[in-house]
Amino acid sequence: MTSTHRGPGRARRRMHLAAHFPGVNNTTVWSDPRSGSQIDFASFEHLARTAEAGLFDFFFLAEGLRLREHNGRVHDLDVVGRPESITVLNALAAVTDRLGLAATVNATFNEPFELARRLATLDHLSGGRAGWNVVTSSDAFTGENFRRGGYLDRADRYTRAAEFVATARELWDSWPSSDEAPRPFVHQGRQFDIAGRFTVPRSPQGHPVVIQAGDSSDGREFAASSADVIFSRHGTLEGGRAFYTDVKDRLARYGRERDELKIMPGVTVVLGDTAAEAQERAAEIRHQQISPQNALHTLEQVWGVDLSGHDPDGPLPAFDPDPDSALVQGRVRLADPVTAAAKWRALSEEKGLSIRQTVIEATGRQSFIGTPEAVAAELVEFVDSDAADGFILVPHLTPAGLDGFVDRVVPLLQERGAFRTEYSGRTLRSHLGLKAPAGERATEPVSERVEDSVTERVGESVS
Amino acid sequence: MTASTGRGLLHLAAALDLPGAYDPQPYTELVRLAERGALDFVTLGDSFGRPGPDALAVLARLAPVTGRVGLVPTVTTTHTEPFHLQAAVATLDWVSRGRAGWQAEVSQGEHEARLFGRRDAAPPEALWREAADVAEAATRLWDSWEDDAEIRDTSTGRFIDRDKLHYVDFQGATFSVKGPSIVPRSPQGHPVIVVDATDPHARDTAARYADVALVRAAGPAQSAALRTGLRTAAAAHGRDPDTLRVLAALAVDLGEGEYAAEPGHGGGGPRPSPYGPLYRGGPVDLAELIAAWHSSGAADGFHLTPVEPRRDLERLVNGTVPLLQHRGLFRTFYPGSTLREHLGLARPANRYALVGDPS
Ligand SMILES: Cc1cc2nc3c(=O)[nH]c(=O)nc-3n(C[C@H](O)[C@H](O)[C@H](O)COP(=O)(O)O)c2cc1C
Repeated sequence: MTSTHRGPGRARRRMHLAAHFPGVNNTTVWSDPRSGSQIDFASFEHLARTAEAGLFDFFFLAEGLRLREHNGRVHDLDVVGRPESITVLNALAAVTDRLGLAATVNATFNEPFELARRLATLDHLSGGRAGWNVVTSSDAFTGENFRRGGYLDRADRYTRAAEFVATARELWDSWPSSDEAPRPFVHQGRQFDIAGRFTVPRSPQGHPVVIQAGDSSDGREFAASSADVIFSRHGTLEGGRAFYTDVKDRLARYGRERDELKIMPGVTVVLGDTAAEAQERAAEIRHQQISPQNALHTLEQVWGVDLSGHDPDGPLPAFDPDPDSALVQGRVRLADPVTAAAKWRALSEEKGLSIRQTVIEATGRQSFIGTPEAVAAELVEFVDSDAADGFILVPHLTPAGLDGFVDRVVPLLQERGAFRTEYSGRTLRSHLGLKAPAGERATEPVSERVEDSVTERVGESVS
Repeated sequence: MTASTGRGLLHLAAALDLPGAYDPQPYTELVRLAERGALDFVTLGDSFGRPGPDALAVLARLAPVTGRVGLVPTVTTTHTEPFHLQAAVATLDWVSRGRAGWQAEVSQGEHEARLFGRRDAAPPEALWREAADVAEAATRLWDSWEDDAEIRDTSTGRFIDRDKLHYVDFQGATFSVKGPSIVPRSPQGHPVIVVDATDPHARDTAARYADVALVRAAGPAQSAALRTGLRTAAAAHGRDPDTLRVLAALAVDLGEGEYAAEPGHGGGGPRPSPYGPLYRGGPVDLAELIAAWHSSGAADGFHLTPVEPRRDLERLVNGTVPLLQHRGLFRTFYPGSTLREHLGLARPANRYALVGDPS
């Protein structure tokens, strides 16, 4: 056990947990009879109440601004159709009390004044629980739905995002406190040239929590300079550690402490009463996720060509992929499909796998699979060994996919001292142990964040 | 086109505006009061230029704590993205289970334009033409999913029938939208569109797109004339004028005693004020005024803006409403659950669905 170096009575570093609403993607298993609506409010309410019962830090919604296309037609195999995030979160604020409420909102297709106002309103209406996941997907395909009538060059996506976040903070800061009059703001930058008065008083958190999801070096740099949380896709122990070190090392450049940015990979969990049962269930889920049609589809995403004549239970195509294909729209394609295809072919030949089996093997994301005890131990291990500060759980099922985790794993994490046993604060910032933004007056006790940072220092000095 | 009058019960709506309130609690108290009075809907105004929370957000926050009353935020069209706007309004319809509306407004003036820095201020004609384009794009996007597009067909592995999703390909003067929406068609099909048609620049947009038009008139004759004009214009746009509800908009100050209408306010009618026509008096005389206007064909109902929200909405709901119910002019309970049902408006057919499709 990695925890043996901690003396008795010494608190363990607490992990952060968030719930991803399993909406639009191929992780969600809609073919399961227990799968419910991805759009009715009752589904959002169920998952949010589950997350709050589990004392999670926040509830998280992804965003897509144009329906994905495949071969020139709307993709029809995975869950499609979602509500607009901030509106759903405002409604969830009425049926939850402590849970943070985080929306993914693109910096390319929005304007700072309007979005800063919507986020500040959410923060007021929820009593300080708002979070904003800043994403930067900026393609012309998505741009066709917007007034801008276009898009940004890839190279400019973080230039705009960084100025966007900085501008939003100027607007939030223009009210020194909720009962002082706002100062007029003037922002003249490369992206925005705006002036006036911000119309929402300083919100309970001062600044809603800023989350970043994006993996390039530019993305990591942006996160190190501006974000409170990173939603990463590095969910393996090794990959997580490398990412963690890389990102935390960047913070000093911006005069920030290592615990001012929380790293939370998106992960999936499959539980069973025995290890074998959990493995069996995980394999079943993979088969549901990768239907025969989905297998061909995924293969087409790599190859970039129509493979509809191929048999999903037969071998991989003998020819090479088209690296410049525009077959897939609205979804990030692999940076190097030729190398990916060669890997897939090697995998298939080595193990004698069909197309569907190859896709199942090759696209599996890191999951925590096992008994509740084993999963709890593994999650703790990740945090203890600096592969993550916590996790964003991505369930397979809407909306009951986290019921088992909350019932069976959370108590074990609490027993180990690895997760809170009650909310000590009211705001998302407080759950995450984040400092109040400069200029804000502390509005609530800081007990949890003091405890967290002390524990972390103790952990570092011992290990 | 003449006014058809006396068609059933009148409609009542109230403004929820509470200057300086950012906390949900005072809004919750007011909206529950409005719902207790069985009002058709509440409105919440919005503007980028003056202090106040995002109105759609506030009404989304109120949706789970109410069950029947319609929720109509103002959402302006001048500086927003039509695609985001339609998605947010459709989402309000989802979270309220069919009780959403949208009051379309424009942002005038350089002051608001500077908050965005994207474009210069434009004259009201141009802004309302653009608002009409936004309404057109929004209603197309609300139809871009047919109601039965989600099929969850395990035999073919298809979650949706993509033949029932449609590109809207809207080209307006200031924007274009490809579609389809990201939001499936909402419970009402189209959330209810409300337009204040008092400003002549807004009138054509109202006649063409509004389900509910508001008119601020000093007397029943002026209100009736505006109503007739809107119905005629709606018919000219190919609409059945009976699908348009025209509500007289009045500011009300119920601070006086039960019967103490100031001369000229009760039987005589409202007076001009900075808020538009203002009725000042007691709840009993207000019931009198409403009944008299309604029976003379001046309006299909009323949109009332309390000058002192907590006091006046309470007097309206506990004083005026029971009197109107007693006279059989206003409902005593909600017979339906959606805002369209309260207003007696049908759920719109989907323009993209094949008519007479045998399947
Ligand atoms: C874990 C994760 C989740 C993401 N979720 C979304 C999302 O919900 N919506 C979206 O538009 N982009 C999403 N993205 C894409 C990123 O926001 C980013 O725009 C994209 O990865 C390009 O930036 P990059 O080059 O830095 O990776 C996500 C990325 C990651 C790594």
